[in-house]
Amino acid sequence: MTGQPRLRPAPARLAALRPLPAGGPARAVYLALALLVVLGWVLFALRGEQFLTMENIVGIQQRSAALGIVAIGQTMVILAGSLDLSVAYLISLTSLVAAETMAGGDGMVVPAIAAVLAVSATVGLVNGLVVTGLRVHAFIATLGVGLIVAGLLDARYDGPAGSVPASFQHLGYDRIGPLPVSALLWAAVAAAAWFLLRRTRLGHRIYAVGGDAEVARLSGVRTGRVVVAAHVICSVCAGIGGLLLASRLGAGAPTVGTDGGYDLESIAAVVLGGTALAGGRGGVAGTVGGVLLLAVLDSVFNQLEIDSFAKDVVRGVVLVAALAIYARGRRTP
Amino acid sequence: MKRALPIFVVLAGLLVAIAVANPYFLEPPSLLAFVKRAAPLVILAAGQYFVIVSGEFDLSVGSLVTAEVVIAARLIDGSAAATWPVLALLIVLGPLVGLVNGTVTTVLRVPSFITTLAMLLILSGAVFLWTGGAPRGALSPQFRELGRGGLGPVPWSALILLAAAAAAIWVMRSGYGHRLIAAGDNDRAAALSGVHVARVRTVAFMVSGLSAAIAAILLGGFAGVSAQVGQGLEFQAITAVVLGGVALGGGRGSVVAAMAGAFTLEALFTLLNLYGISGALEPAVQGVIIIAAVALGAVSLPRRKAAAA
Repeated sequence: MTGQPRLRPAPARLAALRPLPAGGPARAVYLALALLVVLGWVLFALRGEQFLTMENIVGIQQRSAALGIVAIGQTMVILAGSLDLSVAYLISLTSLVAAETMAGGDGMVVPAIAAVLAVSATVGLVNGLVVTGLRVHAFIATLGVGLIVAGLLDARYDGPAGSVPASFQHLGYDRIGPLPVSALLWAAVAAAAWFLLRRTRLGHRIYAVGGDAEVARLSGVRTGRVVVAAHVICSVCAGIGGLLLASRLGAGAPTVGTDGGYDLESIAAVVLGGTALAGGRGGVAGTVGGVLLLAVLDSVFNQLEIDSFAKDVVRGVVLVAALAIYARGRRTP
Repeated sequence: MKRALPIFVVLAGLLVAIAVANPYFLEPPSLLAFVKRAAPLVILAAGQYFVIVSGEFDLSVGSLVTAEVVIAARLIDGSAAATWPVLALLIVLGPLVGLVNGTVTTVLRVPSFITTLAMLLILSGAVFLWTGGAPRGALSPQFRELGRGGLGPVPWSALILLAAAAAAIWVMRSGYGHRLIAAGDNDRAAALSGVHVARVRTVAFMVSGLSAAIAAILLGGFAGVSAQVGQGLEFQAITAVVLGGVALGGGRGSVVAAMAGAFTLEALFTLLNLYGISGALEPAVQGVIIIAAVALGAVSLPRRKAAAA
């Protein structure tokens, strides 16, 4: 999109293109996670209860799988210096696409998955092209695309629609030993994203563009394409999240994404995991930790039977505290 | 001023389009009704402008509006005597929330996107924790007069809007306004030339909080008490500011244009209603127009890293 014809692409292996190590924040979030687990364990031991029973662990994994997958996509765009506010609406849309295409029939599962991936990739492409081609700030671009999807949803659906065959519901509910299938899917997406970011050229370019788009461009990176690719990956992740939620609900729902607050919550999980909102610093490992931290926190609150509104308050405080600690650890001029 | 021109052309075009569909629109009563409806968003956009031009975001205004309306209803509970003390409390509470946002952002160096997102969570959580899930109590008629009533034919909200706009323009022309724009344009350069960047930005957040308090008072009167009264207002305010040609990232744009952006957004909603595109497709049309307006050079973003930092 913004490729400069006068500049020849430079050799790919430039020092500037090497990813930065994930560094402190990613470690910090796991430290906080471990601390929280110990704290929870001690707290419930004193109350004569058990924390982290098998049920609890499975619950944590299942609750966090959808958010986890969306947050991994969000990590990609944030690393590239962009962000995506349209994921919540896209999740609703893809849950409906999946459930309506399947319409309860086993034979339509594969076409439905293909349709979801196609729809989400298209939305990602539009996001990416609006950001890079039309040069609209990602905040406005993805908010606008999100509104467009919301309008289409409002116009076509009043409530849950379509249905998912029993065979597809295995994705949402089955588990292999202590591991739910949904968590394995999350792990697979995370591993693929990690590989892409650390081992492929595209991954290195995502870091380079997010770190400094101008420097990346002068080093021969076609920055536009990289940002578009990151948006497509992010939207596909949201689509996978939509599939997962459809299998959990047994149908598609026009508000499942917005009710879950997946847009802002996925961004919160990403930054909680130490990825810089400005781009170029961070990684998938931190995001997984951030999602798990939110989920364990939820689990503690549930077991303490604390009001759900109090959870929001504590989440807000945790978010600010974490970011304040990361900012202290980073000595930027 | 050159950057601000397109938004006035768009606004004029929309108003003409509304007048074509509904000739009565240009008569004073319905024009004043339009201003009354638009006033809360315009005031919010003016407040949001201060934050955005200083290079930050304020995502907490929507839930701050909800929180203030819910708090007012609970504390007033229909009693006329409680109206004025509660009004004073609301006016103090808004800037106080802004002070916290600003301090956390500047002193603890948390990105404002996250600070105000956390404030959004904290405010909505805390208010509903306090009221037990649903708004309780009621606003007094005296309170609602500000949003509903008027001085003769002129609504109070139009007068309040006028005063707020005059104050905003005056502040932006003062030394503070210049320092604010300098801080948003290049905070290091501003700091090196003696601007207290942190203080200037914190005040911007306080202005935004104050604007949310005023918008809440008007909206509470106009629309009544509900848990959804402020929902989505933060995005509408930011959209309005950007429509006005103010660059996200700071340092560019005028407060008048930001307010014109809010009027434009409200005119757009009115027009969509007139053509019967209410409810269902409204967000979609809104989305297309926002992207188009920003893309077609109502704004030309500065060629620096367009990151939400």
